[in-house]
Amino acid sequence: MQWETVIGLEVHVQLATRSKIFSGASTAFGAEPNTQACAVDLGMPGVLPVLNESAVAMAVQFGLAVHADIPEVSVFDRKNYFYPDLPKGYQTSQMYHPIVGPGEVEIGFDDGTTKRIRIHHAHLEEDAGKSLHEDFHGMTGVDLNRAGTPLLEIVSEPDMRSAKEAAAYLRAIHSIVTYLGISDGNMAEGSMRCDVNVSVRPKGQEAFGTRAEIKNVNSFRFVERAIAFEVERQIELIEDGGKVVQETRLFDPERDETRSMRTKEEANDYRYFPCPDLLPVVLDNAYVEHLRDSLPELPADKRARFENELGLSAYDASVLSASRDVAEYFEAVKEVCGDAKQAANWVQGELTGALNRENLAIADSPISSRQLGELIARILDDTINGKAAKEVFQALWNGQGESADAIIEAKGLKQVTDSGAIEAMIDQVIAESPAQVAQYRDSEPEKRGKMIGYFVGQVMKASRGTANPQQVNTLLKEKLDALL
Amino acid sequence: MHDKTLSELVTSLAGGELSSRELTTHYLKRIQHFDAQLNSFISVTAEQALVAADAADRARAKGEAGPLAGIPLALKDIFCTQGVKTSCGSRMLDNFVAPYDATVVERLNAAGTVSLGKTNMDEFAMGSSNESSYYGAVKNPWNFSAVPGGSSGGSAAAVAAGLVPAAMGTDTGGSIRQPAAFCGITGLKPTYGRVSRYGIIAYASSLDQAGPMARSAEDCAHLLGAIAGHDLRDSTSVARGVPDYLEALDAPLSGLKIGLPREYFGDGLDADVEAAIRSAVSVYESLGATVREVSLPHTHYAIPAYYVIAPAEASSNLSRFDGVRFGHRCKNPQDLMDLYKRSRDEGFGDEVKRRILIGTHTLSEGFFDAYYLKAQKVRRLIRQDFLDAFEEVDVLMGPASPTPAFDLGAKKDPVSMYLQDIYTIAVNLAGIPGISVPAGFVGGRPVGLQILGTHFAEAQLLNVAHQFQQATDWHRRRPALAEENA
Repeated sequence: MQWETVIGLEVHVQLATRSKIFSGASTAFGAEPNTQACAVDLGMPGVLPVLNESAVAMAVQFGLAVHADIPEVSVFDRKNYFYPDLPKGYQTSQMYHPIVGPGEVEIGFDDGTTKRIRIHHAHLEEDAGKSLHEDFHGMTGVDLNRAGTPLLEIVSEPDMRSAKEAAAYLRAIHSIVTYLGISDGNMAEGSMRCDVNVSVRPKGQEAFGTRAEIKNVNSFRFVERAIAFEVERQIELIEDGGKVVQETRLFDPERDETRSMRTKEEANDYRYFPCPDLLPVVLDNAYVEHLRDSLPELPADKRARFENELGLSAYDASVLSASRDVAEYFEAVKEVCGDAKQAANWVQGELTGALNRENLAIADSPISSRQLGELIARILDDTINGKAAKEVFQALWNGQGESADAIIEAKGLKQVTDSGAIEAMIDQVIAESPAQVAQYRDSEPEKRGKMIGYFVGQVMKASRGTANPQQVNTLLKEKLDALL
Repeated sequence: MHDKTLSELVTSLAGGELSSRELTTHYLKRIQHFDAQLNSFISVTAEQALVAADAADRARAKGEAGPLAGIPLALKDIFCTQGVKTSCGSRMLDNFVAPYDATVVERLNAAGTVSLGKTNMDEFAMGSSNESSYYGAVKNPWNFSAVPGGSSGGSAAAVAAGLVPAAMGTDTGGSIRQPAAFCGITGLKPTYGRVSRYGIIAYASSLDQAGPMARSAEDCAHLLGAIAGHDLRDSTSVARGVPDYLEALDAPLSGLKIGLPREYFGDGLDADVEAAIRSAVSVYESLGATVREVSLPHTHYAIPAYYVIAPAEASSNLSRFDGVRFGHRCKNPQDLMDLYKRSRDEGFGDEVKRRILIGTHTLSEGFFDAYYLKAQKVRRLIRQDFLDAFEEVDVLMGPASPTPAFDLGAKKDPVSMYLQDIYTIAVNLAGIPGISVPAGFVGGRPVGLQILGTHFAEAQLLNVAHQFQQATDWHRRRPALAEENA
């Protein structure tokens, strides 16, 4: 039987506010346990929450970026359950009236195709603390530094049909929130994590199959692997005559498998009700419009502009627009050199290769966008050839010079375009290679094209790489053919 | 000294006839001497009180004292006080010392008042008789076999017995007004949002409101002025100017339109209480007010609606008492579930458990719409009843309680206890202010007249109550204990 996979994602994005969503305590990552939790975060008796306005602004910005409805009124609810790292015994969240209504995200693939994924809603909530099981023999430690950190939970419709689409969706969300600057998107530090809902159904069937929810997957790669495992598990189960049960599962990256955490029957009844300590959030139109005006150009718009205005391929446009840092770097290079295609090639080729080798982010690149732009400009105006350009790039990377020009000067890499000088070198090479000349002469005419390569190499060598290769080619052909 | 009202003490302190140290010492001595009979205090903070009294005296000597500097009072043990046990009347918090002051406490400290201690109360403010306290029942100073009312019963009894000139209470369904009525003192529940709830251990967040309990409306006006106003730490506190409550006290009442809600004078109301209330209303007529009957048609839904909403909020508010971070923890828990279960089982008393269970049930999947949402709709109707009535009249009057203080142990069935709040509970659902003033006696036990106004009408309520107290002396009557010297 042919199976179809149905996937929906709940993405938790930690918002980059300076203080917590309902208290003034800091949100900085990595502090000593329980040093960034005030009385409110500890759930001490009598304390009350006060909503952090910047968390609201960030949530609305996200909503606007995914073309969502922004309801005028949203309400915080309490989600009640007991857990040691949940200090108040409830999580303040939004159940019935979330801050962001239905919207959509466009995801792009390498072949240039795109797909729209609908967003059901996004809501604000506070994070819980962390239970620490290591270092406490027979006991559990609780660190409440994370308690009260603002989260935006973005819930998709079940619109994804493959692990690849799910990963692309997660990348798209990542790219939007980092573009907006509302999250650092650092998955390793838990700034972004997601719950994945997976079910399978026979191809052509309309009704959804029973789904399993895989909790807290925290990397793009794990999302793909968790889904792949889960799809296979569900299909095998059904084909063996079994039934998928609705349950919550955990992905174990070590074993590359998901395993059951709790079934629907064991699930909590969260007893949601409106939090009486917080007033409904009322957003007036002027406020929302002000936020809309302050939005940066978003990845989808950038991608379209790169394709339509700069003439980049769909693939290049998609890669270069995925991250705000990369896009900004690329655009700066393009400004300096004036050629989008060349800028795209260098950023994606030489630069990305070098960054990857040294595991650096583009923001930490040793070569600035100006330096790279100037280097490309020197290729475009024929000051250097491609081979020399790679040498200049390496020198810039190593910090051996301030600019492409300085390095070209110091290393004498300026391209020789004087045809007299090139001819002299050609004559010398021909004179020193009688055997090869004879071979060239005796060859079938159609094979001579290949043989010319030897002479080009010798001339380039003689020029220490600085001769203009096109010129060398043309002149060599003329001179050799004259000998026939 | 303890025959004086807070207002008189303010004058004496200002005139230099008394020092705060003398006053504080006097009341501490009375507490030490008499409280064993009443059980109105959970903690007495004599040392801190004397330090604060001396500070007030020094400030006064330098001419830097505020109007309430040096005035002793007591705080219901629901207000968090830095460095002092805050038990909320529960074993759960028997070991809890709050690391901060409630906003009310901060403001009272800033005004220079001197806290003598923390008063007894129904556990987590759940009760109408003060019998649910972990620290034992409080006795009514007028009759030791009677309850003082609840849940601010300790505050009411302490004021009535002259152990403090005033005290702070909280009112979720009548917990200031009903004990004030039972003990023959004046108690004001302000408009919801008028006084910050920050640092008050929450029972039902959408209903709780702190307020003053004292011997007269004038005393309450002094205190409300000190504690009212917007607080950035409480999102539900209202950003609205605080009027001069004292200034409004002397306004004449001629032309005042009083409404008597028909529903507050029906079945269940003790005939003698009704007579006392009607007689009080006639005093108003003699002061120039007109009286008419009005209707609050949804009144009989108030108790059921309250007993859905308040326990729902309470079940959630009390979740933090889980034995993990503070408060009572059971010995040798076997695992996490055992820790939760036994800590809560041992820490909470029956009434608290009952309400947690009710609340947990009504919020459960499948019941939420039928109970919680329905109750919220009823709540809107009840509020609208009041708003409609205040289109026609200025204030509403009626009894604070259907009977005078009942005997300790008399109400064994929880529902009959819940019915005690029949005249007070709707006020909290509507968020309007209410005051109870002494208005007579039945069988030697005080009767309270309840006066209600529209949102933020505290100045008017205090004025209306004060004028009554200028014309009568019910509020001057004191139990024998208050006449005795320590």
